[in-house]
Amino acid sequence: SDIPDVPPPTDSTPEILKRALSGLSARWKNWWIRGILSLAMISGFFLIIYLGSFMLMLLVLSIQVKCYHEIITIGYRVYHSYDLPWFRSLSWYFLLCVNYFFYGETVADYFATFVQRREQLQFLIRYHRFISFALYLTGFCMFVLSLVKKHYRLQFYMFAWTHVTLLITVTQSHLVIQNLFEGMIWFLVPISSVICNDITAYIFGFFFGRTPLIKLSPKKTWEGFIGGFFSTVVFGFIFSYFLAQHQYFVCPVEYNSETNRFVTECEPSELFQMKKYSVPPLLQAVLGWETVNMYPFQMHSFALSTFASLIGPFGGFFASGFKRAFKIKDFADTIPGHGGIMDRFDCQYLMATFVHVYITSFIRGPNPSKLLKQLLILQPEQQLSVYKTLKSHLVEKGILQPSLRG
Amino acid sequence: MPPKTPGDVSHVFTPVYQPEYFLLLPLWCRSRVVESESENKLDGETASDSESKSEFGGSSPVPTSDDTPEVLNRALSNLSSRWKNWWVRGILTLAMITFFFIIIYLGPMVLMTIVMCVQIKCFHEIITIGYNVYHSYDLPWFRTLSWYFLLCVNYFFYGETVTDYFFTLVQREEPLRILSKYHRFISFALYLTGFCMFVLSLVKKHYRLQFYMFGWTHVTLLIVVTQSHLIIHNLFEGMIWFIVPISCVICNDIMAYMFGFFFGRTPLIKLSPKKTWEGFIGGFFSTVLFGLLLSYVMSGYRCFTCPVEFNNDTNSFTVDCEPSELFQLQEYNIPVVLQSVVGWKTVRMYPFQIHSIALSTFASLIGPFGGFFASGFKRAFKIKDFANTIPGHGGIMDRFDCQYLMATFVNVYIASFIRGPNPSKLIQQFLTLRPDQQLHIFNTLKAHLVDRGILGSLEDA
Repeated sequence: SDIPDVPPPTDSTPEILKRALSGLSARWKNWWIRGILSLAMISGFFLIIYLGSFMLMLLVLSIQVKCYHEIITIGYRVYHSYDLPWFRSLSWYFLLCVNYFFYGETVADYFATFVQRREQLQFLIRYHRFISFALYLTGFCMFVLSLVKKHYRLQFYMFAWTHVTLLITVTQSHLVIQNLFEGMIWFLVPISSVICNDITAYIFGFFFGRTPLIKLSPKKTWEGFIGGFFSTVVFGFIFSYFLAQHQYFVCPVEYNSETNRFVTECEPSELFQMKKYSVPPLLQAVLGWETVNMYPFQMHSFALSTFASLIGPFGGFFASGFKRAFKIKDFADTIPGHGGIMDRFDCQYLMATFVHVYITSFIRGPNPSKLLKQLLILQPEQQLSVYKTLKSHLVEKGILQPSLRG
Repeated sequence: MPPKTPGDVSHVFTPVYQPEYFLLLPLWCRSRVVESESENKLDGETASDSESKSEFGGSSPVPTSDDTPEVLNRALSNLSSRWKNWWVRGILTLAMITFFFIIIYLGPMVLMTIVMCVQIKCFHEIITIGYNVYHSYDLPWFRTLSWYFLLCVNYFFYGETVTDYFFTLVQREEPLRILSKYHRFISFALYLTGFCMFVLSLVKKHYRLQFYMFGWTHVTLLIVVTQSHLIIHNLFEGMIWFIVPISCVICNDIMAYMFGFFFGRTPLIKLSPKKTWEGFIGGFFSTVLFGLLLSYVMSGYRCFTCPVEFNNDTNSFTVDCEPSELFQLQEYNIPVVLQSVVGWKTVRMYPFQIHSIALSTFASLIGPFGGFFASGFKRAFKIKDFANTIPGHGGIMDRFDCQYLMATFVNVYIASFIRGPNPSKLIQQFLTLRPDQQLHIFNTLKAHLVDRGILGSLEDA
């Protein structure tokens, strides 16, 4: 009884494309539309990369808002909740609160020098958690006050739906931005690996596909899965090789307070300096080389591509299951031929979290500027004792000469 | 109204609380100043107050399944069923409060274990409701997956806390060190395994149900598990940060009920028709007063005010320190407005009591929203109580619904206004940085200290 009607497919293809392809049959027309849009999206991606980190951040934020909107709209449709009092405002309010909380945490870290100069920002940063919590509580209390006798269950469903959606989309998008600040390469290689896996798995499946992979997605095949895995790994290697050579991609994004812009300039870390690796005897016979010059990052790209090919698709299966559960064909009709933004990004979620966890576990330690900020908040006597501990540690390691002013 | 003296039930239910218990030195509390008089009096008041309040205990209808222990049934068999309910509810209230005192006496470790058990029971109750609502008894794998996710999230959170507080212990043992170094990765891998199992367990007929239960599990985890870990964080900050908030919420519940019973006239909110504005406001003022008194008594004892630390040599928890400024008596000038009312010019108070006003205010004004949320939830899913664990009261969740927001609030409050970051944790993070980063931070810190005059000029202090 609560199964919604499948909305009639709305055709959002631009007029210009329709006229250009009017001569072809419907089947080829669909393929052309899908292909052209793929190309358009990839070009758009390159353009934004060219425009820099700030544009990328804006892009990630817009995608997050659109994904959130799409999922909430589905929730509305499923529960026929168009006229629940307050609920649209509350959903957007919660999105705002959670974004405020997350951006405040990241912005405060990376823009430390910018923030130190302005008094009002200092106050906001110091009590950031409290302010975010107060904002969230306001939303929570408004929700409780908005409970209406007839609609209790619906309202609780939508509350939970909102929160799960926030958990999925907003945390992922912030992890993506954290990865971005680590270095554009940590943003580009994972996303490209997932896209490559999508495309090559489709191609391999198209040409060689025979054994179905999972009941959830009948179009996926084992041949596509395995072929996609190998091609993605190779692609990852080659792509990281090219990106690792440019400072623009490799350096952490920093905010330069003098020029008020983002800069990516640094001494490339060890990860991005060529090293000689001995090829294992097994591969020596195959490849014919004894040693190979590689960037250490390429080993990491191997891990990233493997995850993108083997576990990434589970995000896609999850989304397929979700669509079947709620009997919808696509999340939305934003992109002609492809569906909604969520349809394109369903495999990316797990990837973003994985890359973030990978970086914090294996690549870098804590963020120095965040550490500094916390040190400066301590009480003076705590600062003094920390100072003494650090000094003795540095002297012990020989990093600091005891007699010099250091 | 039948006359009531404590002796009525003493032959079946001997109160565990005896004055002399509090003269003994609790095992976990090393150097405790014995100020028997005031503490006993206050606790005596609390216990007997609740005892007398129990006569006016809640008048909820009989729960469908009667969990009341046989012994109580026999003792109360001669009373009418209405009074029997009140008695059952009152006795259980007393039992719970006594139990609270006992576990406080037993120390932080036991408290942590109790918090953990309460969390698991709450999770179980909510998941069971989900099952009942969706008739999901036979969804493949789902019970296992819910418990598995609970385990994963607990592992993640406990790993983060444990690593902070047990730093030296962890560094010593090799397997623990590796587990803590790659903790995030391991937790994420465990969670992913659960996620993939969920995807693989999707069955054609049950897609929607399975997604509902997945969502239900995650929201429950978000509510129950994060709160319980924030409570444990608060506990480690000092037992007083655990006891005062929880007591304020309990006091607010009881006092709002009392005021509502005697003076209640104007309904407060449609969700809970029994609540009244008189109860709300009366509860607010009593809770603030109670908070002030309780903090005054507790601030005198080091076992409550000191952060809980793990002593590596004795491998046990110690609560021993120099009390911070918050817990040292100070003279405050009374604002002129109150001077005429109270008659004093200055008053000696602990700074912590000012904070307790904030905590009590939150407990009385915002805490009830947690209760309204739970009431709305119960009406939405047409259930009377979360479970039948506690006779007369319902499930564990029914008792703890106002506590959730409180735990998060206290944690955010502490992090924002009381303490800064943990210095030893900062040092630990510092040691993992690269040398050039370490040097940069060191120099910046030095410049900062010199700037503030904390470090004398360019000489080493």
